[in-house]
Amino acid sequence: MSIVGAKVIRKEDPNLLTGRGQFVDDIQPVGTTHMAFVRSTEAHALIRNIDVTAALECEGVVGVWTAADLNLPALPGVPGLERPALATDKVRFVGEAIAVVVAESKYAAADGTELVIVDYETLAAVTSIDEATADNAPLLYEELGSNTVAEVPTADDHQAIFDAAPHTEKIKLVNNRCTAAPIETNACLADYGPAGLTVWASFQAPHHLRNRISAWLGIPQDQCRVITPDVGGGFGQKINFTPEFFVAPVLSKILNRPVKYSQTRSEAMTSMYHGRAQEQEVDIAFDDSGKILALRVFASQDMGGYADGTGMGMPVLTTAMSAGCYVIPNVSIAWRNVLTNTTPIAAYRGAGRPEATYLIERAMDHISYKLDMDPTEVRRQNYIPEDSFPYPTHSELAVYDSGNFEGALDELLNIMDYEGLKEEQIANRTNPEKPLLGIGFSSWLEIAGFGPPGSLEGFGHLGSWESVQIRIQPDGSAIIYTGASPHGQGTVTTFAQIASEYLGIDFDKISVRHGDTATIPQGIGTMGSRQVAVGGEGVKNASLKIVENAKSIAAHKLEANPEDIEVTDGNLFVKGTPSKSLTWAEVATFSFQRLELPEDMDPGSLDTTILQEVPNFSFPSGAYACVIEIDKQTGDARIRDMYLVDDCGTVINPLLAEGQVHGGVAQGIAQALYEEFSYDENGQPTTATFIDYLMPGAPDLPSYKSGRINTPNPNNSLGAKGIGESGSVGTPPAVMNAVVDAVRHLGVTHIDMPATPQKIWEVLQGGSK
Amino acid sequence: MSYPTSMTINGTNYAKSVDPRTLLVHFIREECGLTGTHVGCDTSNCGACTVLLDGDAVKSCTVLAVQANNHKVTTVEGLASEDGAFSPVQEGFRQEHGLQCGYCTPGMLMAATALLKEIPKPTEEEIRQNLEGNLCRCTGYEMIVRSVQWAADNPDGVPVAIGESS
Repeated sequence: MSIVGAKVIRKEDPNLLTGRGQFVDDIQPVGTTHMAFVRSTEAHALIRNIDVTAALECEGVVGVWTAADLNLPALPGVPGLERPALATDKVRFVGEAIAVVVAESKYAAADGTELVIVDYETLAAVTSIDEATADNAPLLYEELGSNTVAEVPTADDHQAIFDAAPHTEKIKLVNNRCTAAPIETNACLADYGPAGLTVWASFQAPHHLRNRISAWLGIPQDQCRVITPDVGGGFGQKINFTPEFFVAPVLSKILNRPVKYSQTRSEAMTSMYHGRAQEQEVDIAFDDSGKILALRVFASQDMGGYADGTGMGMPVLTTAMSAGCYVIPNVSIAWRNVLTNTTPIAAYRGAGRPEATYLIERAMDHISYKLDMDPTEVRRQNYIPEDSFPYPTHSELAVYDSGNFEGALDELLNIMDYEGLKEEQIANRTNPEKPLLGIGFSSWLEIAGFGPPGSLEGFGHLGSWESVQIRIQPDGSAIIYTGASPHGQGTVTTFAQIASEYLGIDFDKISVRHGDTATIPQGIGTMGSRQVAVGGEGVKNASLKIVENAKSIAAHKLEANPEDIEVTDGNLFVKGTPSKSLTWAEVATFSFQRLELPEDMDPGSLDTTILQEVPNFSFPSGAYACVIEIDKQTGDARIRDMYLVDDCGTVINPLLAEGQVHGGVAQGIAQALYEEFSYDENGQPTTATFIDYLMPGAPDLPSYKSGRINTPNPNNSLGAKGIGESGSVGTPPAVMNAVVDAVRHLGVTHIDMPATPQKIWEVLQGGSK
Repeated sequence: MSYPTSMTINGTNYAKSVDPRTLLVHFIREECGLTGTHVGCDTSNCGACTVLLDGDAVKSCTVLAVQANNHKVTTVEGLASEDGAFSPVQEGFRQEHGLQCGYCTPGMLMAATALLKEIPKPTEEEIRQNLEGNLCRCTGYEMIVRSVQWAADNPDGVPVAIGESS
């Protein structure tokens, strides 16, 4: 039986289940000091003075530094908009680092930060896109003359189509600001010794960080080593450069001691990059049959206090994917990036695609409201036909590789009782004992498997490939070294499965190493649902290359032709003559011994490195449905069921694929019902702890009912598309369509995320819109 | 000012002199070097630091080390038996993919261990309610629920040695 596609339990787990995992804060070299930051308590202010006198006298404090003491260059970032490592003359959001304290213990470092006195001259703050773009708005950068740092107008607004269309609809949507909130916050440990710098970091892309730190410090890359040990979740929040990673090496060099930083949660909530925070104006034109004639999207992306390169790209991805699963003959897109006095924005699981899916799937339901059509029928009217792939869209970025959108909906309706639910919905409305019932759909599609050459370079990465090195050991076991840098995805297991399949080496004799720039070939990292579709393809191709060489060695020893050698169950044998065979261990040993090899082969041929490229993005898709119950008295919404049909192409490990979907769906539900990072009018965060930011717990979330279809990805030989972000892309509109469906009979067509009990209660009191 | 503080952790006695404000979680991690217990928030919401104090699950960020003076603590490092065999809860999490990044896992394991001691055959609802104080950002909880159910259904666990994969 093939091990690709098998439900294999993880190699990663034993260490993590016994407390033997190693996260950054678990590492404590001799002489380690502890770093803590003084962070801005003002959203927008000039810094008049920083008094560190008392902090320097604090017991246990080793030193205190401000920007003036260190004279650091700005961090790598958008040209002209780079952020300082420590604030110089001005702060632009609450949580911005102003000064840094190093002490002998975490407690002493915290004590020290309390004693630093910052004298601010408070400026008026802008906390929303509307405020930031108003006439005479306070400016984050006076010299720019505007808070809008990028703006791309539409090439053609298709107004003539809208004028002539039987129906049009205008929708304003807010994609609420969220924070990824991995349970391990930002952490790093820098040890700058005579032999060079080592940085342990909780990060998703170690080489990316290594290259930037070494350039910033002006030290050769060979003397700058970044290690990403066990990483406690990332979700896109750990591919961005924050000051800590750069300041720690500087202080380690000054002190000639290791410097460790382990962020508190409230620091993480205000200083790690947030996600979403995008507002959309959407216009649709459609005919009587529900066919959409034109779509116009204007996306306004809140950038927060500093423009991050990845954050700048969010509306690019949103507008590229705005047409979703549908044939839309006329699409008009425009977007802008706007600075506000809030935490900066970058990628969060889905990164631009949840925003796209939300707008087009809400638009589909608006058509169903207007025409009084079933939402599944509206979607069927518009799906891209199964035989239309590859399907070019309005965007050069998005040429859909494969899919079967109607097939996914059919499978979804197979695993749920839609007709029964609709009857229950009507019955419940008049039964005071029963909650209101809502049924919401989402036919979603995302862009993943980043990506073709040039795609990640656009976000500042060195390349868009992924590195895989396979080294066969003399005993016939194999070690895989990869630039992929997993943090929960189970890549050690999936890569070993793929290698086992194509090497013919037992799964238990394959190890996967990652996360160390000193030992791993230059890599890119884990983001954009790319590990299996890019790195996994590399594992397969490296395995095939090694097997080819192994066959040559076996053929030489067995006096046969290489093409007659087969590999099965750890043995290489001559086809039709199983008695003429060698074990993998024998072949592996011979590969290191000159006298055992064919004349044209050098020792070491069972060691190969591939930088795997892919010709296109991948396009995972699916159909989700949410069944929600709303308490008629309190407005409290509880999800009764989530039905999930995914198409991620080939599945390597169904157990792990299911886990990825569940986690993404949970974050999607969280965005729709619970989470919103918010600020008061002065730019003070009001959700900066887990008390206020409503990350769901086990009682808040449902069990999930899954189905699957498979349209293989034609752009890699595995057929895999990626699944890491699917749940977070597909879920919010399913939930929100269900919420609105539950109160549709009251004339409601729109509720903003998160659909809190208060918002729903207000609607139930007659405040329909 | 420091106070002599001693406690038994996973059967071993640790005697240290600590600042009275030292949290139990920092005593365990920084003073005793048992880094399996994690910190995930500053408000006692996430439960990553959950340990057993005299057999009861507590969040070790809400207990001062001096309060645990002369008490018995069990951490994740103390769950497996001496020969390395996983506890039923550990094995359940492995079998049912109850962890992804593994950061919240030690706290989850300890909370689940305490739950099963109190309710050996919990319903799904009871599992969810009893794990309310432990946040996981990776799994969406369903596989954690299944992991605890596995442990309830297999109270002897499966004697698989650490490091041996299946």
